[in-house]
Amino acid sequence: MSDITQLRKDFPTLKQTIEGHPLVYLDSGATSQKPQAVIDAVNLFYTKNNANVHRGLHTLSEVATTQYEKVREKLARFLDVNAMECVWTSGATHSINLVAAGLTSQLSTGDVILITALEHHANIVPWQQLAARTGAKLEIISVDEHGVINSDLALAEIQKSKPKVFACSHASNTLGNIQDVQAFVAKAKELGAITLVDGAQAFLHLRPNLRQLDCDFYVLSAHKALGPTGLGVLYGKYELLNALPVYQTGGEMIDTVSFTKTTFRQAPAKFEPGTPNISAVLGFGAALDYLNAINFDALHQYEQGLYQYLIQRLQSIDGIKVYGDLKNNIGTASFTYKNEHHYDLAMLLNSYGVAVRSGHHCTQPLMQTLNLNGTIRVSLAFYNNRCDVDAFISALTNSIELIEG
Amino acid sequence: MTYQEIYTKLEKSPSWQHSYREIMLLGKQLPALPEPLKTEQARVKGCESTVWLHIDLDEQQQHLLLVGDSDTRIVKGLLSIVLALYNGKTPMQALEINAYKEFEKLGLIKHLSPSRGNGIKAIVDTIQQQVSQWA
Ligand SMILES: Cc1ncc(COP(=O)(O)O)c(C=O)c1O
Repeated sequence: MSDITQLRKDFPTLKQTIEGHPLVYLDSGATSQKPQAVIDAVNLFYTKNNANVHRGLHTLSEVATTQYEKVREKLARFLDVNAMECVWTSGATHSINLVAAGLTSQLSTGDVILITALEHHANIVPWQQLAARTGAKLEIISVDEHGVINSDLALAEIQKSKPKVFACSHASNTLGNIQDVQAFVAKAKELGAITLVDGAQAFLHLRPNLRQLDCDFYVLSAHKALGPTGLGVLYGKYELLNALPVYQTGGEMIDTVSFTKTTFRQAPAKFEPGTPNISAVLGFGAALDYLNAINFDALHQYEQGLYQYLIQRLQSIDGIKVYGDLKNNIGTASFTYKNEHHYDLAMLLNSYGVAVRSGHHCTQPLMQTLNLNGTIRVSLAFYNNRCDVDAFISALTNSIELIEG
Repeated sequence: MTYQEIYTKLEKSPSWQHSYREIMLLGKQLPALPEPLKTEQARVKGCESTVWLHIDLDEQQQHLLLVGDSDTRIVKGLLSIVLALYNGKTPMQALEINAYKEFEKLGLIKHLSPSRGNGIKAIVDTIQQQVSQWA
């Protein structure tokens, strides 16, 4: 895609040097960089429009409220759902916790909560806690030795366990694998499960249509999709969403309050107590505008091409082992080099200005399954280019030489 | 290798690559800790990599005996520098050591500490805490 060079210029953080080398940012899975338009939107709010939302009658408050609610509508259009079904949270972690806490009264002893072996801790621990509270069983769909979920086996597992709750990542943060969530969700729903898809990694790369996906809940974090930190989304089918009990209580989310009784507003308001992260919402609005202005198919093709180039170059190095599904992938490569510790390589890569993630990536159970103490993870975004991949590969070969030298 | 020898080697390092190479060589020269000594109790908390450390006091000589190991090359090398700093010192002498300053003098802080000084701080804190009970 020829205008990647142009798009890349929109990201000011990418224009710096680290340890005397131009920054090679390959850690977008942890958080994406932000285009200038997002930074400007946050800036504009604080320099000009700062006011609380849903409160004052004065001009600034009305402007802020209107803009804030417009972003919810923008997001809803992006996901192809209703604005009322989108709750602002502090992040994917918060979103999952809200659902898991809310389902407490709907589960009882012996019910099955089904997740997969490659989930992020954020999509494991809240379910484990829910199971502990209710007596439900947490069951796990396994992965093969590469860390891949076989779709047929997964469907059989869903059929067998008849889960009350099914939660699965759309794409794995450690390996980048894209799960066949469309089929999994359909199957689980057919058996009466409540379904949640963790889209923290997938949202930016796949731009899911939630009407088609038809899951009950979908969660994401704005910061992994060009937006500011501290903001997330919980999408929920309205009836199911509204049926969840309130999670935190306070101002904004109430209907009437007396000292003996409080009545709550309807979703999404009932899940948004207190002053929200207004500047982040406005910044995320700018991120959605930014994404809407780029042709998705072309961008997706570009990302996939870059990913294949990365894999091909990685695999040409003797001793490198790449994990995960190399065909259905959002552009994340997790690898090891012989028996070398990921820590040493990541430290050396940093000295070459290359930012990667190393360790267990908040997926310790997956690491245990793969019998690894960690990997190095390279996660691409559309603002990366072949120069980044080349610089990374050359830094990697130099690091290996240093280690073995 | 004595700390003075290490110091001479690293002080004039022409590049970070050279420093890293020397550090990893130091790590290689540090004898591996026998497996039975790699206990949970010996693990230093707060390091990103696994570090085991045993600190003893030779009662007669009143000097410190330290052995340790790590599962990564770089941290093992850095650990061997710390051990060289403290081994054979009396508890009183050990309390006087400012390990962080020494690492700074060796030019290692800038290159080696994007996060939490590679657990060096945790290692040094563990030593200082133990030693202060003997001093
Ligand atoms: C797949 C997945 N789920 C959930 C999360 C949690 O996101 P956050 O830390 O933004 O709440 C992450 C973040 O790394 C993730 O990759």
